[in-house]
Amino acid sequence: MATLKEVQSKIVGVKKTRQITSAMKMVATSRLRGAQNNMEAFKPYAGKFAEVLGSIAGKSGEDASPLLVPRDEVKKVALILCTSDRGLCGGFNTNLITKADKFIQSELDGKDVSLICFGKRGRDWARKQPQSIEDEFIGVVGGNVEFSVASSSGQKLIDSFLSGAVDEVYLVYSEFINMARHTPTIKQILPIPSLEEVAQEKEAEKDAEFLPEHICEPSSDALLGEMLPKNIFIQIFDALLQTSTSEHAARMSSMENATKACDDMVGELQTIFNKTRQAGITADLMDIVGGAEALKG
Amino acid sequence: MTEKLFLEVVTPQKAIVSEEAEIVVAPGSEGEFGALKGHTTFLTSLKIGTLRYKDVNGKERYLFINGGFAEVLPDKVTILAESAERRKDIDVERATKAKERAERRLAAKTADTDLLRAEVALRRALHRLNVKQAK
Repeated sequence: MATLKEVQSKIVGVKKTRQITSAMKMVATSRLRGAQNNMEAFKPYAGKFAEVLGSIAGKSGEDASPLLVPRDEVKKVALILCTSDRGLCGGFNTNLITKADKFIQSELDGKDVSLICFGKRGRDWARKQPQSIEDEFIGVVGGNVEFSVASSSGQKLIDSFLSGAVDEVYLVYSEFINMARHTPTIKQILPIPSLEEVAQEKEAEKDAEFLPEHICEPSSDALLGEMLPKNIFIQIFDALLQTSTSEHAARMSSMENATKACDDMVGELQTIFNKTRQAGITADLMDIVGGAEALKG
Repeated sequence: MTEKLFLEVVTPQKAIVSEEAEIVVAPGSEGEFGALKGHTTFLTSLKIGTLRYKDVNGKERYLFINGGFAEVLPDKVTILAESAERRKDIDVERATKAKERAERRLAAKTADTDLLRAEVALRRALHRLNVKQAK
């Protein structure tokens, strides 16, 4: 049986850990609020953009932009992997990485895959993989995501798609559904899935309100050509925002669990502590009583 | 009293303007255009430039617009800009420096100068200063 002192020092240690985890939980909570605000702030832009895009997408043909044309033979694929920079958020990064890894093993088997990593965790994993790392961005996810990051990395991808260096581009990110649910998601961003799909997706989002035909300047095809790349930036930006929010939510819940586990542990240790102390007292009493009996006799 | 239309300027990071305006003048890619209430529905891309509008008190307001799109409806104008700045948010010092840097780069014209990028930077800087100095 452990001595009193040992149990005591364990209790102190666990209590200190609990202090740290509960502080981290509070930090995560406030960061989460910030991340959610960013997501909220982005909504009007994304919503309006989708609405406008949907309304002109219906009017344009398939050949409006080279970004829409699928390649006959897909050899080179780029995968954008969004993860967090920091750990201590449960299975958050592992889930994302497993999703990406499975996707590479099954769907992209035999293709030349290059990775674009947002977040240190994903990058550290990618370094151990045979795939090459095209680009890495550290310190983006989890902080204040700038739109320019999404647009400059998106532009690079579009350039390499147009030059033929890449045939398909996928995005792996964590979709934020609610505080308790965020699922790793894979989305194809290049070539852009057919316009009808884009339009339908948008159609579902906007209300039944009928949009009148617009006069477009320059032509609707030219406008579409300008909007499609932007739409890709928006998707990347959205993925980064959602991953950031999910990260903080994941950290918050895992820190909460850790705090609870600490509470349980302190309780158990306290019981052991009490029992040990009681056992000590009983033994001492027995000694005294035994001694007194011996003197009497 | 002229009739009002509703102006919204949104960027991915936040909504910059959301208020009523008498008239909105925006830098369309095919030329600057003005919109009053009752304008026909109209969609255009925007250049880097200056957006001005007259608010409910008849005061002229200026914004720097870093390209984007505009949707005009009879009673509403929506500007989707990648970034936009109100006059008070413009950093003159930074813009002046950016202007000088871009001018130097354009003047040097060495083989590895990205002319397009320098030109865009110059345009941005000039318009920022323009917005700041407008009466």
